[in-house]
Amino acid sequence: MKSVTEFKTIMTGNDAVAYGAKLARVKFISAYPITPQTTIVEKLASMIANDELDAKYVEVESEHSALAAVFASELTGVRSYTATSSHGLLYMHEMLHWVSGQRLPIVMSVVNRAIGPPWNIWADQSDTINQRDTGWMQVYSESNQEAMDTIIMGYKIAENSEVMLPLMSMEDAFILSHTSEPVTLRDQDLINEYLPDLDLKFRIDIGNPMGYGSYDTPDGTFMELKKDMVDSMKKAVRVIKDETEKFNQMFDTNYGGLVERYRMDDADYALIAMGTVASTARFVVDKLREKGLNIGLIRIRYFRPFPYDDILEDLKNIKAAGVIDRSVSFGYAGATYSEIVSALYGKINIPVSSFIVGIGGRDVRIEDIEKIADTVRNESSGVYWINVKKVI
Amino acid sequence: MPTSIPKEELMAPGHTACHGCGATLAMRYVLKAMGQKTVVSVPASCWAVIPGAMPFRTLDVPMVYTPFAATGASISGLREGLDIQGKTDYNVVGFAGDGGTADIGLQGLSGAMERGHNVFYIMYDNEGYMNTGVQRSGSTPYGAKTTTTPVGKERDFKKENKKIVADMMIAQNVPYVATATIAYPEDLIRKIDHAKAVHGPKFIQILAPCPTGWYYPPEKTIEISRLAVQSRMFPLYEFIQGKFYLNKSFKPVDVSEYVKAQDRFKHLNDDEIDNLRKYVDERWNQLLEWEKIYSEQKE
Repeated sequence: MKSVTEFKTIMTGNDAVAYGAKLARVKFISAYPITPQTTIVEKLASMIANDELDAKYVEVESEHSALAAVFASELTGVRSYTATSSHGLLYMHEMLHWVSGQRLPIVMSVVNRAIGPPWNIWADQSDTINQRDTGWMQVYSESNQEAMDTIIMGYKIAENSEVMLPLMSMEDAFILSHTSEPVTLRDQDLINEYLPDLDLKFRIDIGNPMGYGSYDTPDGTFMELKKDMVDSMKKAVRVIKDETEKFNQMFDTNYGGLVERYRMDDADYALIAMGTVASTARFVVDKLREKGLNIGLIRIRYFRPFPYDDILEDLKNIKAAGVIDRSVSFGYAGATYSEIVSALYGKINIPVSSFIVGIGGRDVRIEDIEKIADTVRNESSGVYWINVKKVI
Repeated sequence: MPTSIPKEELMAPGHTACHGCGATLAMRYVLKAMGQKTVVSVPASCWAVIPGAMPFRTLDVPMVYTPFAATGASISGLREGLDIQGKTDYNVVGFAGDGGTADIGLQGLSGAMERGHNVFYIMYDNEGYMNTGVQRSGSTPYGAKTTTTPVGKERDFKKENKKIVADMMIAQNVPYVATATIAYPEDLIRKIDHAKAVHGPKFIQILAPCPTGWYYPPEKTIEISRLAVQSRMFPLYEFIQGKFYLNKSFKPVDVSEYVKAQDRFKHLNDDEIDNLRKYVDERWNQLLEWEKIYSEQKE
C-alpha cells in the first residue's frame, strides 16, 4: 500500500484550479490576463518560477493567440492548458472551433463573468453558454475542490480515445474564484496513476508528415467529421460517468456524473441549477423540506454533453420543475431551460418554468430561491426574471 | 561567391496554384533552404488551398493549417511544444500572405517576434487578398486596381502607399529581418541560411508576383519580380542583429517599366506614375539613411 500524501488546506477557487493543472502535469501554458482569471495564471507562473512545476509559461498578446498557441503546442503532443473569462473567451471563439475540429483534448478553465456593455466583472454564465455549440465539453463546478478535481478528470475524459474533444471547466466569478474554502490537495502519485501521460496518436512527426486542418470539399469527409464530433460527444456520456466513478473510488469523493441529485428520491417538485446557485438552492430545499414540501434539486455539472437521459429519469415522477439560469438567451428563456424542455418533449408532460437570476453578479438570495420554489409549487410555466429592479 | 540552390525537393509536382504563381516558387525555395526537419504553419491564404484538398498535400513536411490571425501564435506554440520534447533542431516556419501578416495577423506577428521564440515568419507578399479574389490589403501599393479599389467611372484605385511590414519589424528590433523575391533565388536562399544562424525570431518578406491579381501573362512572373527590384518598388535588404545592408547591385530601371508591365496599373496617367516615382526615390533615400545610421551605431 502506497503512502498517500493528501493534505487539507484553505485556498481560493483560482488557486485550486492552478493546483489542478499542476497535478495534471501540464507542460505548456499560454494565457492572456483578464479579471477574474488572472490569479490562476499568476499562481502557475509562480509555481514555475519556484521549480514547483516543470512547464513552459508563455503570456501572449491576446486570448485568440493564447488558444492558438495552446492549439499548436498540444498538436506537437504536449499536454497544454489555458484559462480565461468573459470577453477573453468570446475573443477565442474562432479558435474554440479550431481546437475541437482538430480533435485536441485541451482543458481550459473559464471563470464565468458577465459580458459587456456595460462593463461588469461579476458572476454570469452567459460567456460560456455563448460557446455551447463549439464542440467543447462544459463542466460547471460548485466548490473549489470540485474545480480542482475537474481539471484532472477533464484531461482524463478529454484524452479518452472514444472522446478526443476539448473540455472547459467553469467557476463562478469571485463566488468561487476569489473565495477561500477548505480544499484537499491530491496525492501526486495517485493522480499519476489515475491520469497517465498524454499520448497523442496524430502528433506532429517529421518522419510521418501530415496535414492538420487542410481544406475539405462537400463530397469529401467534412460532414462525416462533424457528425463524428456529435457521436463522440454522445460517447463521452459513458466515459464521464466511468471516469468520475473511478475518481470517486480513488479519492473518496462523491461527484455525480453529469448531474448531481439532492433529495430527489421522493420529491414532487424539482429545482434545476448549475454552478454556485445550487448551493443556495440546496439550503432552500432543506428549509422547505422542514416545512413539509417534497422538493429536491438537480445540479447540472455537464452542460455539454447535456444529461438528457438523466433528466428524463429524474423528472419522471415530478409534478413540476423550475430551471434556474445564470445566463440569458436574448429573445428566449434560460439556456438550461430550453435544454430541459427539449429533453422532456413528447415524453414527460409537466409544467416547467424558466428563472433568470444573478445576471451581472446580482446576488441570488435565499428569498429569491424561495420565490422560485413557490412558483414551481403552483405548477405554473413561464419565464421569470428574479430580483429585477423596476427602473427601466 | 554564389550560393547553389539545394537539390532537395520538398514540394511534389501537382498542386492547385494558378499558372505562374510566385507564392508557389517562394514556398519551394524556402523549403529547399530549410530542409526536411521543418514544420510549416499556414493561415487562411492561397497556401491553404495550393496543397490541395484533404487527404492530398503537395509538401513533404508537416503542415498545420490555422485561422487567419493565428500564424504568429501558432508558430510560438509549435516551437515551445517541440522544444519541451527536445526537438530543438526542427525549423518552425510560419508562411503567411500579406493580408494574414500586414492586416489581420499583425498583432500576432508582433507578439511572436517580441517574445523571442526561435521561429521563422515568412510573409509571401502578393500585395492583396488574392485567394479571395484580388481585394486590397495594407500591402497593396499605391496606384493598384483591385476588386475593392476598382477603376470605373470614378478612378478609385488604391490611393495609399504600401504598408511595409519588414520595416516595422526593423523598428521592433527583430534579430533578423530581410526582404527577398523569387527572381533572385540564390539571394533568397542565402538570406534563409543567414536567418538559420540567428537563434530567435526571424522575419522575411518575399515579394511573390501574382499574374491573376496583377493582371500580367503568367510567363512574366520572374521578369516582374526582377523589375520590382530594379525599379526600386521592392528594395532588397537585410537587417542582421542591428546591422542593415541594402542591395544596390542591380541595373536600375524607371518605375514606368514596372508599372507598364502589369494591367493593375494600366489606368495610371503620367502624373500618377510620377507620384510613384517620387515615392520610390524618397523610400530609397530613407533606406540609404538607415544604412548610414545602423552602420554608425555599430562602429
